[in-house]
Amino acid sequence: MSQVIHFHPDADFKARSLAAVQDPGQRKNFRGAMDFLQDKRRVQFPDQLELEGLRDIGSAIRRNSLARLPELLVQLETRMTANGIQVHWAATADEANAIAIEIARRVNARTIAKGKSMVSEEIEFNHAMKAAGIEAFETDMGEYIVELAGEKPSHIIMPAIHKTKQAIAALFAEKIPGVAYTEDVDELIKIGRQALRRKFADADIGLSGANFLVAETGTICLVENEGNGRLCTTVPRVHIAVTGIEKVLEKLEHVLPLYSLLTRSATGQSITTYFNLISRPRQPGEKDGPEEVHLILLDNGRSQAYADEQLRATLQCIRCGACMNHCPVYARIGGHAYGTTYPGPIGAIVSPHMMGLDATYPLAFASTLCGACVEVCPVKIPITDILVRLRNEAQARPETASLRGSGAGRSKLASAFWAGWTLVYSRLKVYRLTSWLLSRGHALSPIEQGAWTYSRTALKPAPKRLRDLLKDRKP
Amino acid sequence: MGLDKTQGRVYPPKPRDVYLYATCLVDQFAPEAGMDTILLLEREGIRVHYPESQTCCGQPAYSSGYPDEARAVASRQLTIFPEPWPVVVPSGSCAAMMRHHYPQLFAADPLLLARSQALAERIFELTEFLVHVVNFKQPDYGSDCTIALHTSCHARREMGSHETSVALLDSLAQVTVVQQARIEECCGFGGTFAMRYPEISEAIVSDKVAAIQATSAERVVSADCGCLFNITGRAARLDEIAQLDTPSLAGEHIASFLLRRTSKATL
Ligand code: SF4
Repeated sequence: MSQVIHFHPDADFKARSLAAVQDPGQRKNFRGAMDFLQDKRRVQFPDQLELEGLRDIGSAIRRNSLARLPELLVQLETRMTANGIQVHWAATADEANAIAIEIARRVNARTIAKGKSMVSEEIEFNHAMKAAGIEAFETDMGEYIVELAGEKPSHIIMPAIHKTKQAIAALFAEKIPGVAYTEDVDELIKIGRQALRRKFADADIGLSGANFLVAETGTICLVENEGNGRLCTTVPRVHIAVTGIEKVLEKLEHVLPLYSLLTRSATGQSITTYFNLISRPRQPGEKDGPEEVHLILLDNGRSQAYADEQLRATLQCIRCGACMNHCPVYARIGGHAYGTTYPGPIGAIVSPHMMGLDATYPLAFASTLCGACVEVCPVKIPITDILVRLRNEAQARPETASLRGSGAGRSKLASAFWAGWTLVYSRLKVYRLTSWLLSRGHALSPIEQGAWTYSRTALKPAPKRLRDLLKDRKP
Repeated sequence: MGLDKTQGRVYPPKPRDVYLYATCLVDQFAPEAGMDTILLLEREGIRVHYPESQTCCGQPAYSSGYPDEARAVASRQLTIFPEPWPVVVPSGSCAAMMRHHYPQLFAADPLLLARSQALAERIFELTEFLVHVVNFKQPDYGSDCTIALHTSCHARREMGSHETSVALLDSLAQVTVVQQARIEECCGFGGTFAMRYPEISEAIVSDKVAAIQATSAERVVSADCGCLFNITGRAARLDEIAQLDTPSLAGEHIASFLLRRTSKATL
């Protein structure tokens, strides 16, 4: 399970990331997929200036709706209630699951067909349903593959991106009765589709996520490509949507620019195959649609980010995945190594609020701060600044700590090192002496260079520093 | 603070005097890059002043999550440039620290904030300064050569100075700059990242070395010593493993490369 508290988060992350970089097959897989997605996105934004303009708009819409979040949530609830959608509030993952279980029990549901939803991963929905004796099954192809393999998604948009077609072929042949091994991708998709579609007819409840919620109209917006989202939200007699409280937008007209940024940034599509707007349950005289629609609004730590002036920007995210697609670290270690529901740069900045900084602080350090994520983020989240802030928090003294789990990464050894470093570089006399000693010694011992020499030849201090050369130069 | 680029920056006319902020890496490990920066600027008729009290911009502590320690070091650097001259930095990374992150670092202290903002306006990355302020145009005396340029992520994304590095190299008639694969990707150094997660760092830098070596470049040039040491240090280690006697990938700071190409005598 992803959300267990790790008692040695740094060692755990190191072990997982080491295993990942040493797996050449997986490295190749991720590299190829990331290159592909980067190219597809690039084609969508040929004009830098236009892109910058769109990102400004996207960022402004998200910042404005967050600035008015409490009032928009109230408006959303009022509007939805008037439309006949039942709104539920969940402070924690457990509360969200309990609400879903209660609905399922009331309508005597045995099975739940799931569209793709990262929030349902976040709350470990399937697990909770199973414990309550309810069968929840995935209907999104990627999620289905991951579920079949007993794994977790490794990417927020493409859950099974870590799997080769050979692995999927073997998986299908092993797990789906009557299926022969084939590496033909079209055939594989067909096999998966057939296995999935059969189950829709029996489902009592359809579960979905939500990409946007519109306060003025009380609408759930769902972006998808496979049509399973539409089936999940129309065929079963009850539809439950579960999503984070940050997803709300003020107006319907705010959806379009964000939708466009989302599809172009995520998969390099100008538009997805399906875009669903759900504003009410089935009305008298209508031929399809669920009799009941529920929306579960989840906090699960989001209000901690919201309360902090700098960290609030974390909630601007529209979950496009572009930050991970462009991240040099994600491309090397893949999604599972992060050990969180949300991997990559967004995972590093959002997970501390959900799981505590004590369990997740290594992720804030697992970045070169190169800023590739900041450059592509369609809503301009200053991800690297937030990573630096989380590093500060991870090592904060108790009196300055402000997040759940702050200070958990503090170590006496590191503090002592940085105290020494400060002494050297803030006292000129000390700097002069130590740098002179180094230049005399003409080498740093491997111990002094630490992990640098793990992969590189040792750095050699010059026999004369620049300041020595300049002194020699003066007449 | 977003990722401001040079777009929209108003540049001063060519000054008579500048400060050189050489950076701790150059002072200790690559003094020739500092000397060559001075010679390049002096040849343009600019007097270069090196404040002897400079140490480090504070970025290592800043990016490692030690803001108090970073402030202790950075606040010293705020005091060493008394004259209103431009401050030229032969490193995109340190320049970005002083130009964009000092104001963040001192945001809670009105006095130091004002000082850091005033200093930020005077901070120029070397190639940015050569192109936009000096209007550098020198003949290339070298013979035909092909090189790769690696631009640091802070130079590229915070200073926009990959464009000025390219412009300078393009102005050299006999120099061809290749486009290595994934040219905009990080080299994997990331300051203390390389120490904390050496295996991930190694995976990234190994790919960078391979991408450059897959081209016909005879060397890699960069305006940042940190990246340069990372890339060439990894290449040299791979040479050791392969038991090569001659280095398979040479590196050179862009100041040294520019000076060498545009000087008659030193060729
Ligand atoms: S942080 Fe930005 S780039 Fe990353 S998933 Fe969210 S919106 Fe997309």
